[in-house]
Amino acid sequence: MSEPFATDHGVIVSDRAEPRPYMSPYLAGVGLGLVLLAAYVVMGRGLGASGAFTSFVAAGVETVAPAHARSNAFYTEYLGDPGTNPLKNWLVFEIIGVAIGGLISGMLAGRVRKEVEKGPRISVNKRLLFAFVGGGIMGIGSKLARGCTSGQALTGGAMLSVGSWAFMIAVFASAYAVAYFFRRQWL
Amino acid sequence: MNAPFYKFGLFGEDASLLVALFIGIGFGFFLERAGFGSARKLAAQFYFTDLRVFKVMFVAIVTAMLGAFWLSWLGLLDYTQVTVPSTYLVPQIFGGLVFGVGFVMGGYCPGTCCVAAATGRLDGVVHLFGMISGILIFGELYSFIEGFYTSTPMGRFTLPDLLQLPFGLTVFLVVLLALAGFAAAERLEKKFNPSGEIPS
Repeated sequence: MSEPFATDHGVIVSDRAEPRPYMSPYLAGVGLGLVLLAAYVVMGRGLGASGAFTSFVAAGVETVAPAHARSNAFYTEYLGDPGTNPLKNWLVFEIIGVAIGGLISGMLAGRVRKEVEKGPRISVNKRLLFAFVGGGIMGIGSKLARGCTSGQALTGGAMLSVGSWAFMIAVFASAYAVAYFFRRQWL
Repeated sequence: MNAPFYKFGLFGEDASLLVALFIGIGFGFFLERAGFGSARKLAAQFYFTDLRVFKVMFVAIVTAMLGAFWLSWLGLLDYTQVTVPSTYLVPQIFGGLVFGVGFVMGGYCPGTCCVAAATGRLDGVVHLFGMISGILIFGELYSFIEGFYTSTPMGRFTLPDLLQLPFGLTVFLVVLLALAGFAAAERLEKKFNPSGEIPS
Protein backbone atom coordinates (compact mmCIF):
# COMPACT_ATOMS: atom_id res chain seq x y z
CA MET A 1 0.00 0.00 0.00
CA SER A 2 3.01 2.29 0.13
CA GLU A 3 3.52 1.97 -3.63
CA PRO A 4 4.06 5.46 -5.02
CA PHE A 5 1.95 6.37 -8.00
CA ALA A 6 1.98 9.21 -10.54
CA THR A 7 -0.74 11.81 -10.70
CA ASP A 8 -1.82 13.34 -14.00
CA HIS A 9 0.55 16.25 -13.32
CA GLY A 10 3.44 13.87 -13.17
CA VAL A 11 4.03 14.43 -9.46
CA ILE A 12 4.99 11.33 -7.50
CA VAL A 13 2.89 11.01 -4.38
CA SER A 14 2.43 8.24 -1.89
CA ASP A 15 -0.92 7.25 -0.47
CA ARG A 16 0.82 7.33 2.88
CA ALA A 17 1.02 11.11 2.83
CA GLU A 18 -2.61 11.70 3.83
CA PRO A 19 -4.10 9.68 6.68
CA ARG A 20 -7.38 8.04 5.68
CA PRO A 21 -10.57 9.47 7.23
CA TYR A 22 -12.06 7.79 10.30
CA MET A 23 -14.84 5.26 10.05
CA SER A 24 -18.46 6.36 10.40
CA PRO A 25 -19.13 6.55 14.15
CA TYR A 26 -22.27 4.44 13.72
CA LEU A 27 -20.37 1.68 11.91
CA ALA A 28 -17.48 1.77 14.41
CA GLY A 29 -20.07 1.55 17.20
CA VAL A 30 -21.57 -1.60 15.68
CA GLY A 31 -18.06 -3.11 15.45
CA LEU A 32 -17.33 -2.23 19.07
CA GLY A 33 -20.72 -3.58 20.15
CA LEU A 34 -20.08 -6.91 18.39
CA VAL A 35 -16.68 -7.22 20.13
CA LEU A 36 -18.43 -6.60 23.46
CA LEU A 37 -21.13 -9.15 22.58
CA ALA A 38 -18.40 -11.67 21.71
CA ALA A 39 -16.93 -11.14 25.18
CA TYR A 40 -20.34 -11.81 26.77
CA VAL A 41 -20.93 -14.93 24.68
CA VAL A 42 -17.46 -16.46 24.85
CA MET A 43 -16.39 -15.37 28.36
CA GLY A 44 -19.53 -14.30 30.22
CA ARG A 45 -17.88 -10.99 31.04
CA GLY A 46 -17.26 -7.67 29.33
CA LEU A 47 -14.40 -5.37 28.41
CA GLY A 48 -12.18 -3.30 30.69
CA ALA A 49 -9.16 -1.04 30.83
CA SER A 50 -8.60 0.61 34.22
CA GLY A 51 -8.66 -2.82 35.91
CA ALA A 52 -5.62 -3.92 33.87
CA PHE A 53 -3.65 -0.89 35.06
CA THR A 54 -4.67 -1.60 38.64
CA SER A 55 -3.12 -5.06 38.23
CA PHE A 56 0.10 -3.38 37.04
CA VAL A 57 0.06 -1.01 40.04
CA ALA A 58 -0.68 -3.79 42.55
CA ALA A 59 2.07 -5.99 41.06
CA GLY A 60 4.51 -3.06 41.16
CA VAL A 61 3.74 -2.26 44.79
CA GLU A 62 4.11 -5.93 45.72
CA THR A 63 7.53 -6.08 44.03
CA VAL A 64 8.78 -3.01 45.93
CA ALA A 65 7.07 -3.60 49.27
CA PRO A 66 5.48 -7.09 49.53
CA ALA A 67 4.25 -6.80 53.13
CA HIS A 68 2.81 -3.34 52.51
CA ALA A 69 0.88 -4.57 49.44
CA ARG A 70 -0.41 -7.66 51.22
CA SER A 71 -1.76 -5.56 54.11
CA ASN A 72 -3.90 -3.45 51.76
CA ALA A 73 -7.33 -4.93 50.87
CA PHE A 74 -7.46 -2.93 47.64
CA TYR A 75 -4.17 -4.36 46.32
CA THR A 76 -4.83 -7.92 47.50
CA GLU A 77 -8.04 -8.01 45.44
CA TYR A 78 -5.86 -7.56 42.35
CA LEU A 79 -2.93 -9.68 43.57
CA GLY A 80 -4.92 -12.89 44.02
CA ASP A 81 -3.58 -15.74 46.12
CA PRO A 82 0.07 -15.56 47.23
CA GLY A 83 2.31 -17.33 44.72
CA THR A 84 0.13 -16.54 41.71
CA ASN A 85 1.26 -14.02 39.12
CA PRO A 86 -1.06 -10.96 39.26
CA LEU A 87 -0.21 -10.18 35.63
CA LYS A 88 -1.55 -13.53 34.44
CA ASN A 89 -4.92 -11.87 34.31
CA TRP A 90 -7.71 -11.60 31.73
CA LEU A 91 -7.76 -7.80 31.58
CA VAL A 92 -3.97 -7.54 31.36
CA PHE A 93 -3.97 -9.75 28.25
CA GLU A 94 -6.97 -7.86 26.88
CA ILE A 95 -5.27 -4.45 27.27
CA ILE A 96 -2.16 -5.74 25.46
CA GLY A 97 -4.56 -6.72 22.67
CA VAL A 98 -6.07 -3.21 22.71
CA ALA A 99 -2.66 -1.67 22.02
CA ILE A 100 -1.97 -4.20 19.22
CA GLY A 101 -5.42 -3.71 17.66
CA GLY A 102 -5.08 0.07 17.81
CA LEU A 103 -1.66 -0.13 16.19
CA ILE A 104 -2.96 -2.42 13.38
CA SER A 105 -5.85 -0.07 12.60
CA GLY A 106 -3.63 3.00 12.76
CA MET A 107 -1.02 1.46 10.45
CA LEU A 108 -3.65 0.36 7.90
CA ALA A 109 -5.00 3.91 7.81
CA GLY A 110 -1.63 5.72 7.83
CA ARG A 111 -2.43 7.37 11.15
CA VAL A 112 0.61 6.24 13.17
CA ARG A 113 2.81 9.26 13.80
CA LYS A 114 4.70 10.89 16.65
CA GLU A 115 2.49 13.77 17.67
CA VAL A 116 1.03 15.65 20.62
CA GLU A 117 -2.74 16.06 20.29
CA LYS A 118 -3.69 19.63 21.22
CA GLY A 119 -5.36 22.81 20.05
CA PRO A 120 -3.32 25.66 18.50
CA ARG A 121 -3.42 27.91 21.58
CA ILE A 122 -1.52 25.79 24.11
CA SER A 123 2.17 24.86 24.31
CA VAL A 124 3.32 21.25 24.08
CA ASN A 125 4.67 21.26 27.66
CA LYS A 126 1.46 22.61 29.10
CA ARG A 127 -0.58 20.06 27.13
CA LEU A 128 1.60 17.23 28.47
CA LEU A 129 1.22 18.55 32.03
CA PHE A 130 -2.57 18.59 31.56
CA ALA A 131 -2.46 15.04 30.15
CA PHE A 132 -0.55 13.82 33.22
CA VAL A 133 -2.72 15.57 35.82
CA GLY A 134 -5.93 14.73 33.92
CA GLY A 135 -4.81 11.11 33.65
CA GLY A 136 -4.20 11.06 37.42
CA ILE A 137 -7.63 12.52 38.20
CA MET A 138 -9.17 9.97 35.84
CA GLY A 139 -7.29 7.13 37.53
CA ILE A 140 -8.72 8.10 40.91
CA GLY A 141 -12.23 8.55 39.47
CA SER A 142 -12.14 5.17 37.74
CA LYS A 143 -11.21 3.44 40.99
CA LEU A 144 -13.95 5.21 42.99
CA ALA A 145 -16.44 4.09 40.34
CA ARG A 146 -15.02 0.53 40.10
CA GLY A 147 -14.36 0.87 36.40
CA CYS A 148 -14.12 3.24 33.49
CA THR A 149 -15.78 3.91 30.15
CA SER A 150 -15.01 0.30 29.13
CA GLY A 151 -15.84 -1.69 32.24
CA GLN A 152 -18.72 0.45 33.47
CA ALA A 153 -20.19 2.56 30.66
CA LEU A 154 -19.97 -0.01 27.82
CA THR A 155 -20.00 -3.36 29.62
CA GLY A 156 -22.34 -2.49 32.50
CA GLY A 157 -24.35 -0.11 30.31
CA ALA A 158 -25.30 -2.82 27.80
CA MET A 159 -26.17 -5.14 30.72
CA LEU A 160 -28.41 -2.30 32.03
CA SER A 161 -26.61 -1.96 35.37
CA VAL A 162 -27.95 1.03 37.31
CA GLY A 163 -24.51 1.93 38.70
CA SER A 164 -23.00 1.91 35.20
CA TRP A 165 -25.70 4.23 33.83
CA ALA A 166 -25.32 6.55 36.82
CA PHE A 167 -21.55 6.61 36.24
CA MET A 168 -21.97 7.36 32.53
CA ILE A 169 -24.42 10.22 33.11
CA ALA A 170 -22.09 11.65 35.79
CA VAL A 171 -19.08 11.50 33.41
CA PHE A 172 -20.87 13.42 30.65
CA ALA A 173 -22.44 15.93 33.09
CA SER A 174 -19.11 16.72 34.73
CA ALA A 175 -17.14 16.86 31.46
CA TYR A 176 -19.63 19.32 29.95
CA ALA A 177 -19.64 21.36 33.17
CA VAL A 178 -15.85 21.90 33.15
CA ALA A 179 -15.25 21.94 29.35
CA TYR A 180 -15.39 25.74 29.29
CA PHE A 181 -12.34 26.00 31.57
CA PHE A 182 -10.24 23.75 29.31
CA ARG A 183 -11.29 25.30 25.99
CA ARG A 184 -7.84 26.84 25.41
CA GLN A 185 -6.37 23.36 25.36
CA TRP A 186 -8.59 22.12 22.53
CA LEU A 187 -10.10 24.97 20.50
CA MET B 1 -25.08 -23.56 21.92
CA ASN B 2 -24.26 -23.19 25.59
CA ALA B 3 -23.10 -19.65 26.13
CA PRO B 4 -21.19 -18.12 27.86
CA PHE B 5 -18.75 -20.83 26.71
CA TYR B 6 -16.14 -20.17 29.43
CA LYS B 7 -18.69 -20.36 32.25
CA PHE B 8 -19.88 -23.73 30.91
CA GLY B 9 -16.31 -25.05 30.91
CA LEU B 10 -15.73 -25.28 27.14
CA PHE B 11 -12.14 -24.11 27.64
CA GLY B 12 -9.79 -23.40 30.53
CA GLU B 13 -8.03 -20.39 32.02
CA ASP B 14 -4.95 -20.47 29.77
CA ALA B 15 -7.11 -20.49 26.63
CA SER B 16 -9.17 -17.65 28.11
CA LEU B 17 -6.07 -15.45 28.11
CA LEU B 18 -5.67 -16.05 24.38
CA VAL B 19 -9.34 -15.12 23.95
CA ALA B 20 -8.60 -11.96 25.97
CA LEU B 21 -5.81 -11.02 23.57
CA PHE B 22 -8.03 -11.45 20.50
CA ILE B 23 -11.00 -9.63 22.03
CA GLY B 24 -8.60 -6.83 23.02
CA ILE B 25 -7.30 -6.62 19.44
CA GLY B 26 -10.88 -6.22 18.16
CA PHE B 27 -11.60 -3.62 20.85
CA GLY B 28 -8.47 -1.59 20.10
CA PHE B 29 -9.03 -1.85 16.34
CA PHE B 30 -12.51 -0.34 16.49
CA LEU B 31 -11.46 2.32 19.04
CA GLU B 32 -8.81 3.52 16.59
CA ARG B 33 -11.20 3.26 13.59
CA ALA B 34 -13.66 5.42 15.51
CA GLY B 35 -11.06 8.15 15.93
CA PHE B 36 -10.54 7.54 19.64
CA GLY B 37 -6.77 7.48 19.34
CA SER B 38 -7.00 11.25 18.92
CA ALA B 39 -7.59 13.46 21.96
CA ARG B 40 -8.85 16.27 19.72
CA LYS B 41 -11.56 13.98 18.33
CA LEU B 42 -12.52 12.84 21.82
CA ALA B 43 -12.55 16.34 23.33
CA ALA B 44 -14.65 17.68 20.43
CA GLN B 45 -17.58 15.85 22.05
CA PHE B 46 -17.60 18.40 24.87
CA TYR B 47 -17.64 21.41 22.53
CA PHE B 48 -20.43 19.94 20.34
CA THR B 49 -18.28 20.01 17.18
CA ASP B 50 -18.04 16.22 16.76
CA LEU B 51 -20.33 14.02 18.84
CA ARG B 52 -18.76 10.69 17.90
CA VAL B 53 -17.98 9.73 21.49
CA PHE B 54 -21.69 9.71 22.24
CA LYS B 55 -22.62 8.04 18.94
CA VAL B 56 -20.03 5.26 19.09
CA MET B 57 -20.73 4.50 22.76
CA PHE B 58 -24.48 4.33 22.35
CA VAL B 59 -24.42 2.31 19.13
CA ALA B 60 -22.05 -0.13 20.87
CA ILE B 61 -24.28 -0.34 23.96
CA VAL B 62 -27.41 -0.88 21.85
CA THR B 63 -25.69 -3.48 19.64
CA ALA B 64 -24.37 -5.54 22.56
CA MET B 65 -27.61 -5.12 24.54
CA LEU B 66 -29.82 -6.28 21.65
CA GLY B 67 -27.43 -9.13 20.80
CA ALA B 68 -27.45 -10.42 24.37
CA PHE B 69 -31.23 -9.96 24.61
CA TRP B 70 -31.97 -11.85 21.39
CA LEU B 71 -29.47 -14.65 22.09
CA SER B 72 -30.96 -15.18 25.54
CA TRP B 73 -34.50 -15.03 24.10
CA LEU B 74 -33.52 -17.76 21.62
CA GLY B 75 -32.18 -19.81 24.52
CA LEU B 76 -28.59 -19.66 23.24
CA LEU B 77 -27.12 -17.47 25.99
CA ASP B 78 -27.68 -17.87 29.73
CA TYR B 79 -28.08 -14.19 30.60
CA THR B 80 -27.73 -14.83 34.35
CA GLN B 81 -24.20 -16.16 33.75
CA VAL B 82 -22.99 -12.87 32.24
CA THR B 83 -21.34 -10.71 34.90
CA VAL B 84 -23.13 -7.46 35.70
CA PRO B 85 -20.94 -5.00 37.64
CA SER B 86 -22.33 -4.54 41.15
CA THR B 87 -23.84 -1.15 41.85
CA TYR B 88 -22.38 1.10 44.56
CA LEU B 89 -24.50 4.09 43.66
CA VAL B 90 -22.98 7.08 45.50
CA PRO B 91 -19.27 6.31 44.97
CA GLN B 92 -20.01 5.52 41.31
CA ILE B 93 -21.74 8.87 40.75
CA PHE B 94 -18.92 10.70 42.55
CA GLY B 95 -16.30 8.67 40.67
CA GLY B 96 -18.02 9.59 37.40
CA LEU B 97 -17.89 13.30 38.27
CA VAL B 98 -14.16 13.05 39.03
CA PHE B 99 -13.60 10.96 35.88
CA GLY B 100 -15.32 13.57 33.68
CA VAL B 101 -12.88 16.28 34.81
CA GLY B 102 -9.97 13.96 34.05
CA PHE B 103 -11.46 13.22 30.62
CA VAL B 104 -11.62 16.88 29.49
CA MET B 105 -8.28 17.74 31.09
CA GLY B 106 -6.33 14.65 30.01
CA GLY B 107 -8.11 14.09 26.72
CA TYR B 108 -8.43 10.31 26.91
CA CYS B 109 -10.03 7.53 28.90
CA PRO B 110 -8.12 4.46 30.16
CA GLY B 111 -8.69 2.37 27.01
CA THR B 112 -8.26 5.12 24.45
CA CYS B 113 -4.97 6.35 25.95
CA CYS B 114 -3.52 2.88 25.16
CA VAL B 115 -4.61 3.25 21.53
CA ALA B 116 -3.21 6.81 21.43
CA ALA B 117 0.10 5.65 22.93
CA ALA B 118 0.31 2.70 20.50
CA THR B 119 -0.19 5.03 17.52
CA GLY B 120 2.53 7.47 18.59
CA ARG B 121 0.62 10.14 20.52
CA LEU B 122 2.97 11.42 23.25
CA ASP B 123 0.12 12.95 25.23
CA GLY B 124 -1.46 9.48 25.27
CA VAL B 125 1.72 8.03 26.80
CA VAL B 126 1.84 10.80 29.41
CA HIS B 127 -1.89 10.37 30.17
CA LEU B 128 -1.26 6.65 30.70
CA PHE B 129 1.48 7.31 33.25
CA GLY B 130 -0.70 9.94 34.94
CA MET B 131 -3.48 7.38 35.25
CA ILE B 132 -1.14 4.79 36.79
CA SER B 133 -0.02 7.45 39.32
CA GLY B 134 -3.66 8.21 40.14
CA ILE B 135 -4.43 4.54 40.77
CA LEU B 136 -1.32 4.33 43.01
CA ILE B 137 -2.51 7.38 44.99
CA PHE B 138 -5.93 5.74 45.37
CA GLY B 139 -4.32 2.50 46.53
CA GLU B 140 -2.06 4.22 49.08
CA LEU B 141 -5.00 6.24 50.49
CA TYR B 142 -7.34 3.24 50.40
CA SER B 143 -7.69 2.93 54.19
CA PHE B 144 -9.14 6.46 54.28
CA ILE B 145 -11.38 5.92 51.23
CA GLU B 146 -12.61 2.39 51.98
CA GLY B 147 -15.72 3.46 53.93
CA PHE B 148 -16.95 5.65 51.09
CA TYR B 149 -15.81 3.20 48.39
CA THR B 150 -17.95 0.40 49.83
CA SER B 151 -20.98 2.59 50.69
CA THR B 152 -24.48 2.23 49.14
CA PRO B 153 -23.95 -1.37 47.93
CA MET B 154 -26.89 -2.55 45.81
CA GLY B 155 -25.52 -5.73 44.22
CA ARG B 156 -26.72 -6.79 40.76
CA PHE B 157 -29.20 -3.97 40.27
CA THR B 158 -30.46 -3.28 36.76
CA LEU B 159 -32.69 -0.71 35.06
CA PRO B 160 -35.63 -3.19 34.83
CA ASP B 161 -35.33 -3.64 38.63
CA LEU B 162 -35.22 0.12 39.17
CA LEU B 163 -38.07 1.00 36.81
CA GLN B 164 -40.14 -2.09 37.70
CA LEU B 165 -40.55 -2.79 33.98
CA PRO B 166 -40.20 -6.03 32.00
CA PHE B 167 -36.68 -6.65 30.63
CA GLY B 168 -37.79 -6.56 26.97
CA LEU B 169 -39.64 -3.27 27.39
CA THR B 170 -36.61 -1.67 29.07
CA VAL B 171 -34.43 -2.79 26.15
CA PHE B 172 -36.94 -1.26 23.72
CA LEU B 173 -36.97 2.04 25.68
CA VAL B 174 -33.16 2.22 25.65
CA VAL B 175 -33.22 1.76 21.84
CA LEU B 176 -35.78 4.59 21.51
CA LEU B 177 -33.68 6.80 23.79
CA ALA B 178 -30.59 6.10 21.68
CA LEU B 179 -32.40 6.87 18.41
CA ALA B 180 -33.67 10.17 19.83
CA GLY B 181 -30.13 10.88 21.04
CA PHE B 182 -28.63 10.26 17.57
CA ALA B 183 -31.19 12.60 15.95
CA ALA B 184 -30.37 15.29 18.53
CA ALA B 185 -26.62 14.74 18.03
CA GLU B 186 -26.91 15.25 14.25
CA ARG B 187 -28.80 18.53 14.79
CA LEU B 188 -26.31 19.78 17.40
CA GLU B 189 -23.37 19.06 15.09
CA LYS B 190 -25.00 20.99 12.24
CA LYS B 191 -25.57 23.92 14.59
CA PHE B 192 -22.12 24.05 16.24
CA ASN B 193 -20.02 22.87 13.31
CA PRO B 194 -21.89 23.60 10.05
CA SER B 195 -18.83 22.99 7.84
CA GLY B 196 -18.28 19.56 9.35
CA GLU B 197 -14.55 20.18 9.57
CA ILE B 198 -12.35 18.72 12.24
CA PRO B 199 -11.71 21.42 14.85
CA SER B 200 -8.01 21.84 15.43
